[in-house]
Amino acid sequence: MDSSVLFSLRLSLQVAFAATVLIIVIGLPIAYLLARKNFPGKELLDISLTLPLVLPPTVTGYYLIIAFGRNGFIGKYLYEWLDWSIMFTWYAAVLASFVVALPLMIKTGRAALESVDSNLINAAYTLGHSEWETALKVTLPLAKRGLLAGIVLSFARALGEFGATLMLAGNIPGKTDTMPLAIYSLSASGDQEQAAGMVVLLTLVATLFLYLANRYSRRIF
Amino acid sequence: MGLSVCVNKQLKGFSLNVSWAIGDELAVLFGFSGSGKSLTLQLIAGLMKPDSGVIKANGTIYFDGERHVNATPQQRSLGYVFQDLALFPHMTVRQNILFGAKGVPENERSERYRELTETFYVAAFENKRPSEISGGQKQRVAFARALMRRPDVLLLDEPFSALDTPLRIEMRAFLKDLRKTFQVPVVLVTHDAGEAASLADSIIVYSEGSVIQSGLMTEVFNNPVDERVKRLLAGQEDTLRPFCKRH
Repeated sequence: MDSSVLFSLRLSLQVAFAATVLIIVIGLPIAYLLARKNFPGKELLDISLTLPLVLPPTVTGYYLIIAFGRNGFIGKYLYEWLDWSIMFTWYAAVLASFVVALPLMIKTGRAALESVDSNLINAAYTLGHSEWETALKVTLPLAKRGLLAGIVLSFARALGEFGATLMLAGNIPGKTDTMPLAIYSLSASGDQEQAAGMVVLLTLVATLFLYLANRYSRRIF
Repeated sequence: MGLSVCVNKQLKGFSLNVSWAIGDELAVLFGFSGSGKSLTLQLIAGLMKPDSGVIKANGTIYFDGERHVNATPQQRSLGYVFQDLALFPHMTVRQNILFGAKGVPENERSERYRELTETFYVAAFENKRPSEISGGQKQRVAFARALMRRPDVLLLDEPFSALDTPLRIEMRAFLKDLRKTFQVPVVLVTHDAGEAASLADSIIVYSEGSVIQSGLMTEVFNNPVDERVKRLLAGQEDTLRPFCKRH
């Protein structure tokens, strides 16, 4: 394999892995809040985090530029204080993948956590266990399958992210060209052989992950 | 020892307004489904908040609307056996029971566990999961778990409703023994007249969110306050179904 192909493969895995870590750290607690708490604006939060699932990734990317671009309402401060912008770095690819893959974790995770019998949670409370302990020892273990499925799906989606990544991270060879972007460049420049190899590779990896997601979500106690 | 409850709770299309007190005895909350019995247990346990009133167990105030006291379920010393038992499917019998050991000092846990497993005959299947044991066995595990941390009161929400008749009768005898062994006040919710008659020291008859009669089982049985109570206690529940608007 070409070294640029290897680079793209490695970068894609690295980006998808980092995005998945963010999804677990940020997405899982949000899914828990949406499933088990009532607060004003709850459905609005759910909808706004789910939007990237249905919006064209370019639109999601556009919003991310508004927020994180050098003149964006967050990016502006990053640039001012740190003299750094996330734009056109591999971190931007992580951010794009995270936002685009997050809905899968929110949807699958929320459904899995909501399906845990609330009597079991009440039982844990009457047995003296705090909400935190109950979440760790009862709610999360019982929702484990669905949560794992959500994580695997998010990873697969992050691996295939294209549109928002292109908007935010660009398509810089040897820097931000993840596999989907590299495939686009190779195909556009007529290098169908290399492109085909990466297409097959990406398809195989995605198939494997969907298989894993199905396995996790179906196996019940 | 005892429990006193005086609560008010307004739900959509239903209003609960009850007041009763029990001592160290087995009290039955009796009435149709939908009369507010299970809701009362949830209020006692702190799983729902009353609109107003006072709930007191063994001198400890769990809830006082006027004084803004509202203990969390974790702070209330209650053993709660749910209608569906609510055993944790991902834990073994042993883990289920020990999950109830919160607040029991570490050095007393194994002794307490041994005592309970002997009383409830669960030692033989302590390493099985709830899905691998019978209905009667699950019942005993649920009782053992609820008693693990020495609750001040035991709340039972129709715990025998899923059992077939012979097993239900066996479990009644078992519950009587348990009362003797552990000396804990018990509130049993049921709509089964036979169960009430064979178990209750005192009975609190519910209808449509209020108490229509309460007192010693024999008193209430011999002097039902009206036709409703009389027929309820005769076990003619079906003939009364039309009165029960909510299910």
